[in-house]
Formats: sequence, structure tokens, C-alpha cells
Amino acid sequence: MTATISTTPVTPTRRRRRSARLSPLLVAFVLVPFAVESVWVFWPAIQGFWFSLTRWDGMSPPTFVGVDNYVEMAGDATFRGALLNTVIWLVLFGGLSVLGGFGMALILQRERRGVGFYRAALFTPVVFSLVVTALVWRVFYQPDGIADTLLRAIGLEQLIRPWLADPQTALYAVILPALWRQIGYVMVLFLAGLKAIDPALHEAARMDGANSWQRLRHVTIPQLRGVNAVVLSVIVIDSLRSFDIVWSLTKGGPYHSSELLSTYMYSTAFQGLRLGYASAIAVVIFVLALAVILGYLVRAFREEA
Amino acid sequence: MNKLRTGAFHTGMILLSLLWLGPVIWVVVMSTRSFDDIAAHGVGSLPRSFTLDTYRQAWTDGGELRALINSMLVTVPSVALSLGLAAMAAFALSRFRIPGRRTILLLMLAGNLLPPQILLIPVAKFSELTGLYDTLWALIAVQVGFGLGFYTFVLHGFMRDLPGEIQEAATIDGAGTAQIFTRVMLPLTRPALAALGALSFTWIFNDLLWAITVLRTDDNMPVTPALLGLQGQFVSSWNVIAAGTVIAAVPTVAVFLRFQRHFVSGLALGAVK
Repeated sequence: MTATISTTPVTPTRRRRRSARLSPLLVAFVLVPFAVESVWVFWPAIQGFWFSLTRWDGMSPPTFVGVDNYVEMAGDATFRGALLNTVIWLVLFGGLSVLGGFGMALILQRERRGVGFYRAALFTPVVFSLVVTALVWRVFYQPDGIADTLLRAIGLEQLIRPWLADPQTALYAVILPALWRQIGYVMVLFLAGLKAIDPALHEAARMDGANSWQRLRHVTIPQLRGVNAVVLSVIVIDSLRSFDIVWSLTKGGPYHSSELLSTYMYSTAFQGLRLGYASAIAVVIFVLALAVILGYLVRAFREEA
Repeated sequence: MNKLRTGAFHTGMILLSLLWLGPVIWVVVMSTRSFDDIAAHGVGSLPRSFTLDTYRQAWTDGGELRALINSMLVTVPSVALSLGLAAMAAFALSRFRIPGRRTILLLMLAGNLLPPQILLIPVAKFSELTGLYDTLWALIAVQVGFGLGFYTFVLHGFMRDLPGEIQEAATIDGAGTAQIFTRVMLPLTRPALAALGALSFTWIFNDLLWAITVLRTDDNMPVTPALLGLQGQFVSSWNVIAAGTVIAAVPTVAVFLRFQRHFVSGLALGAVK
């Protein structure tokens, strides 16, 4: 809401030139990028939906089978497991990275000694690829690695297990490194948002006798509404896309215990060569992301208006 | 009371920072340990040896050099091309009354928000069809195509807010559209271009999914997927894997340190808008 208010007064003063005809150069400026994206994104996306209605091994031409793939999905236990894991991923990875990132941003928002270092420390993993992150954490989880050494040091050796190879812990052992990398990123987004809040609002609330919890609840959080919307969309889209970290650590195993829809889709397509069924899984991922994508676009649309 | 709180704040934050930096430091230290040391004492022990031979092994035997070259061959042209094309589109869409401009812009943004999974199979098939499969060209093309929408959207927001008078003055001085773009708009857009450049460098450099979708041969793999191959090649040589990990992380860390401010403002660009 605040964003719309601040942008509206600018529009009348800005003078838009009415060019009677568009120069060919300008047309090319728009058409060339649009064509590139059409070839590599729009057209493949349309094909993706079509393939989901076919049976296809990649060699012979695809045969149309209607909604058979979706019917099969309903009875596929691995698919249901992957769907459930994706929901767990969304809640744990998404939820905890927002809470953690917001918490860290609140703690580190005030400039004081050492804050720059702490921010940098939390932000460092963001620049690593998820494959690098995975390898760093593999050392942690290795038998006799850091996790085991630490547990032994505090006398909890009965908890020691093959973290990534145990179906009970694999998914959570993968979420942890993903969080480690994401929290710093979310923190930066919130820090930028917190910085944009007018300090006078806090001052006024303090004058009115609001305590720090009330100020957080009634000043900070409402003022962050724009950032919240962006962060939530980014997190949901990121969660549904998550692939690299799982693929690098467990490939979805053992026994599909850390399988997400994204990894199941990839292995079905490129290892199982069931391209039609894999496309149908991809469509499910798309449908799950759709609401968030539309929300994001509506927001963007309002801003452009 | 105040002193106590400051003390608690710093103690807590130092512990937390250690939790974040510890694993990284551990891997760097491990990359300098000898194989025998790790075999005897495990990856969880403190170092009792020092060698840099692990880096030579990862660099030459592990093929990290080849992989880094591939990464650069993909990343640099991809960043340049996608930002160039996005700047062109953003310029035309933000400074001229092009019919349907808002729809075009949002359609392009929507393309970037799609989950890549829906595109993987068609993109792999399309690159086979065009003979680009298993070449770095395919990876460059798909990185440019997929990134364009977001870059265009961000640059559009930036260019739209530049004052119109500058463009008018240039027009009165007789500058054509191309000149206004290259001589006036691009220099003014530099902060946003730098931010997006730093960001997209790390995104493309760090990518795994697109690379393993359009590439197959080990020799063609950029460093991120190659790191997974290295893990298979040096199964229990944790020191070499650690050295390979450090090598793969250095370029993005370097870009981050060099463009730190741009990088962070780039991340924030989307959020505060």
C-alpha cells in the first residue's frame, strides 16, 4: 500500500512523449529479447504442458494418452511421498528461513560495533553454490565427521547415525544446509526493508508509550508489508524449485525418503526416460507455484500502473 | 544491565557467526591435510599435516581447470548478453509508448517465475533438435532466455524513474534513439547494471540444474556440476574434494568481495521496490 502511495504523485509530473510512429530500432529492441525468451521459455513451457498428456521415452515420437499420467500419479506412492516432502520442505525451509532471517535482521538492524562482521558472517554462504554448500555439510555429516565428534564430546553418542543415509533423518539433514544458506539471504532482504522505515514512526510510537513488542507488532511489521510479500513469494518459489542441494547430498534417497517433486521429476525424466510422466510432475509443481506467481504479477502490475 | 545486554548480544552473535563460518573454515583447513592424516584421524579431527598437493590434484587430475574455463566461457557471455538484451527491452518499454508494453513486460517477468522443471524436457529436446545439445552454446542460450525476464523487469523499474528531461534534452541536441540508449541511458543505469551483473554472475556460475540438463560430457561441465563428478572420482579423498570445493567457491567469493555493495543492493532491489 505504501509503495503505491509513494509512486502515484510522480506520474502526473512525468511527461511521456507521444511518438507518432515507432522506429524499427525500438521494435527490434523489444522483439529480439522477447523472441529469445519465447524460444527458450514460452514455447518450451507450452510444450511441457502438452508432453504431460503423452507417453514418451524420448526416442520414438510421443503418443497422446490424455490424463493417464495424472491418473497414474494418484496411485504412485513415491509421488505422494515427494509431494509430502515438498510440503514439509516448504514449511520448514520456507518458514524457518523467514523467521530466522527476520529475527537476525531485527537483531542486527542497529549499527553498532561488530554488526558489520556478524552480517557478513551470516551472509557468506549466500555466495556459495548449493553444490559447494552440500560438500561443506557432507564433511559435517560424515561418519566421524564434525557432527559425530561434537555429539561424542558432549556425551550423546547414542544419537550418532548415518545422517544422510538414514531414511528417518535424510530429509532434515538436507534442510539444515539449505537453511544455513538461505537465512543470510532473507536477512538482507529484511534489512533493506527495515532501513526504509521512517524512524519518526518508531519515535512517535515510543512517545505514545508503546513497548518494543508493540512497536514491532504495530509499526515494523505493517511497514514491512511490501517486503513481506516479496520475501514470501521468493521463498515459496525457491522452495518449489529446490533441487541442487538435495541432488548433491542424497539424490532424493535413501528409498525416496528425501525425494522432492523437483528431484523426482528430474530422475523420472533423465534417468527413467519417462518424459511424459515427468512432464506431468512438472505441471504439478507449476500449479503449486501458480498462486504465488500470480500474486507476484498482480503486485508488479499495480506498480507499473 | 546495559553492559550485560551488550555482552549477551556479542556472545550470542559470535557463537552464531562461528556456526556460519565454522564449516567453511573447516573445509579450507581440511583441504590442506594429507590423505594419511584424514584416513588415520577422520574428517572430524584437528589437522596434523599440511600439504597443498590436494589443490594440484583437484586442479589437474580432477579437471577443475577445464571446468573453471567452461564456467567462465558460459558465465561471462551469458551475463553480458542477458543484461544487454534486457537493457534494450527495458529502455524501449520504459521510455516509449509501445502498445501493449505493460503486458509484454509482465509476460517476460512471468517467464522467469516459472518453475524450471516445466521447461527442462522441452529445452533438452529443443537443444538436441538444433544440434546444440551438449555444447556450451545451449547452456548460454537457456541462461540468457530464462534470466531475461527478471533483468528486464528490474531495469525497467530503474529506467522508468529516470527524469524525462535528460532524454528530451538529448533529442533536442539531435541524438537518435540508438545514441540516447548508449550515451545517455546506459551510463545512467550503471548502478542497476552493476548490481544485476554481480548477482547474475553468481547465479549462472552456481547453476547446476540447467548444466546437467543440456550437457552430458564431463569435459563440457562447468565447475558446479563438475564438483559432483569430482566427488565420485575421489570418493574417500576428502582433502582433494575439499580443495575442489574451495576452488569452485573462489570466483563467486571474489566477485562478491569486489562488488559487495552492488551485490547486496541488487538483492534488495526486488524487495524494497
